[in-house]
Amino acid sequence: MLTANRLRDGEVVYWRKGEWVEAYTDGEVFADPPAADAALEAAKDFVKRNIVVAPYLFDVREDGTPVKEREIIRAAGPSVRRDTGKQTHHDVSFAAPQKPKPRATGEAPDVSI
Amino acid sequence: MYRYDEFDAAMVRDRVAQFAYQVERRLKGELTEDEFKPLRLKNGLYLQLHSYMLRIAVPYGTLSARQLRKLAFIARKYDRGYGHFTTRQNLQLHWPKLVDVPEILGHLADVEMHCIQTSGNCVRNVTADQFAGAVAGELEDPRILSEIVRQWSTFHPEFNYLPRKFKIAVSGTKEDRAAVKFHDIGIEIVKNDKGETGYRVFAGGGMGRTPYVALLIGQFVAKEDILAYLEAILRVYNEYGRRDNIHKARIKILAHHLGADELRRQVEVEFAEIKKAGTLQLPAEELARIAAYFAPPAFEALSDSSPEFEAALKEKDFANWAKTNLTAHKAPGYTIATISLKNIGATPGDISSDQLDAVAQLMDDFGYDEIRVSHEQNLVLPHVRKKDLPKLFARLKELNLASANAGLITDIICCPGLDYCDLANARSIPIAQKIQERFADLERQHDLGELKIKMSGCINACGHHHAGHIGILGVDKKGVEFYQIQIGGSGAEDASVGEIMGPGFGKDEIVDAIERLVDTYVKLREGNERLLDTYRRVGMTPFKNSVYREQLHAAY
Repeated sequence: MLTANRLRDGEVVYWRKGEWVEAYTDGEVFADPPAADAALEAAKDFVKRNIVVAPYLFDVREDGTPVKEREIIRAAGPSVRRDTGKQTHHDVSFAAPQKPKPRATGEAPDVSI
Repeated sequence: MYRYDEFDAAMVRDRVAQFAYQVERRLKGELTEDEFKPLRLKNGLYLQLHSYMLRIAVPYGTLSARQLRKLAFIARKYDRGYGHFTTRQNLQLHWPKLVDVPEILGHLADVEMHCIQTSGNCVRNVTADQFAGAVAGELEDPRILSEIVRQWSTFHPEFNYLPRKFKIAVSGTKEDRAAVKFHDIGIEIVKNDKGETGYRVFAGGGMGRTPYVALLIGQFVAKEDILAYLEAILRVYNEYGRRDNIHKARIKILAHHLGADELRRQVEVEFAEIKKAGTLQLPAEELARIAAYFAPPAFEALSDSSPEFEAALKEKDFANWAKTNLTAHKAPGYTIATISLKNIGATPGDISSDQLDAVAQLMDDFGYDEIRVSHEQNLVLPHVRKKDLPKLFARLKELNLASANAGLITDIICCPGLDYCDLANARSIPIAQKIQERFADLERQHDLGELKIKMSGCINACGHHHAGHIGILGVDKKGVEFYQIQIGGSGAEDASVGEIMGPGFGKDEIVDAIERLVDTYVKLREGNERLLDTYRRVGMTPFKNSVYREQLHAAY
């Protein structure tokens, strides 16, 4: 997928067929690397026209979720402030916190010097 | 506190007007992003993971109630109703819009604030001991020199394009609460054999990917010579600091490459030249003029013991808070109160607009002129009458600002990490919160004593992990967050760089690993040893054995 920040307000935006959308789930998943590169090339025109800054491509899984934690957080908003960012008004169920593993029990190991 | 003269005021207003015009030109397309970026950075405006981020300077960590209210207003009107205090005593807003920033800067200028020196390769906002002007045993208020350095360094034409950023910290006591030895220049106010007050100057400290404790360069620099001496260091750095490699551009690399003796020699040569010209000598009258701004308030003649305070100590919550969050004041009957911004499960250093307003109201009600921000991301009321403490504590409790954990294991320094930061490799805040929750039991915290956990979400070390008794560094392993443990660091007068323990832990394992480490300390400690002292006595091995034991078993 292709992302950037909107110049005026910094909002994270995603590429969809020649335009920019705010919701991650509305963004376009490219079929292959040439399609992605072509979109990145086209995005440069939006940079020139002072609409977005810093566009870049990132990898997503088959199911459309981002590979990197960074992009999950970028798409949703801070994981520590669910009341801020895109998660307050867009569907970001893919960013739901995973269930932590149960804590290991047992006594603390002995200490040897 | 310091009040702007007409030059300061005009300078800041001019800067706001300049930046407003630059933003206008950027939006019209008259400036490209490449042209605009250095300009916005020089006004503290970054582009981060979700949005722009504005870093507001809080020179030497001092704020008035009026300024707190203005920050609350700005965060509420232009941001999401909260801000984040940083390890450089500044305040960051995570969500400002570019189009609003000129207006925000205008509001800041109304209360003598700005975002100058919060970014770029210049001398950054000077930091100082948060207990300045209040703490027992202080030789001199470090903010006097900090303000002089601010005036000298702001827009200094020779040092606007240094090889890299340059951070200066000042401390006025033997105890170092400003981490001076981890700064590009650290200054300790000292007395010489003749009883004269002057400055001990360290250079070449730093964290990041190559952590170093600073080298002692100037054993005793006379007051009138300090700017000439600092300028001499900056000149040597400006000329010989590396510009070919951003990772080797800080003065720490040059300083430790040359060694203390050679760096000192080169600085002395420059210093002699500057002194010959005589233009940077600090006149005594000017020093006195600046010092007057930092004159302590007129303290009432009070007995050091207060019946109200003594009575309140019978109450457990208050006694716990008093034990960790109060520090001895130089005036009898007064104390210094630390307001912890480290509630269990909260984001370290975050404060809401409502809390900022409420703290300002509390300052008005108790007659406090100023408040401080500490590099440990807490707030400090520097001059509190002991007899007021029970009432003050009750108010802080109402505001959810009464955590009794200053200096304890849950008083964690933590950078914004991958939740906000574009540079981060891993989240830091959720890990800090989980550690706080694991060690939430206050009795256990007090039993563990002074224990500084410092955590960064990347190698740039904004969370000072190299200087943590326990340091945690977030790394990225193929898109997954991992956490490395260091132990044995200290940012205090006994400064040291922590030692890396070994391979990192996943986000669901790191808290257990920290608990095993802490339990090991409890088993090994002797007398009143802190975890840091125990580590220094016994070394890494026993800690490493227990922290990795489970994993080793699993491996077999």
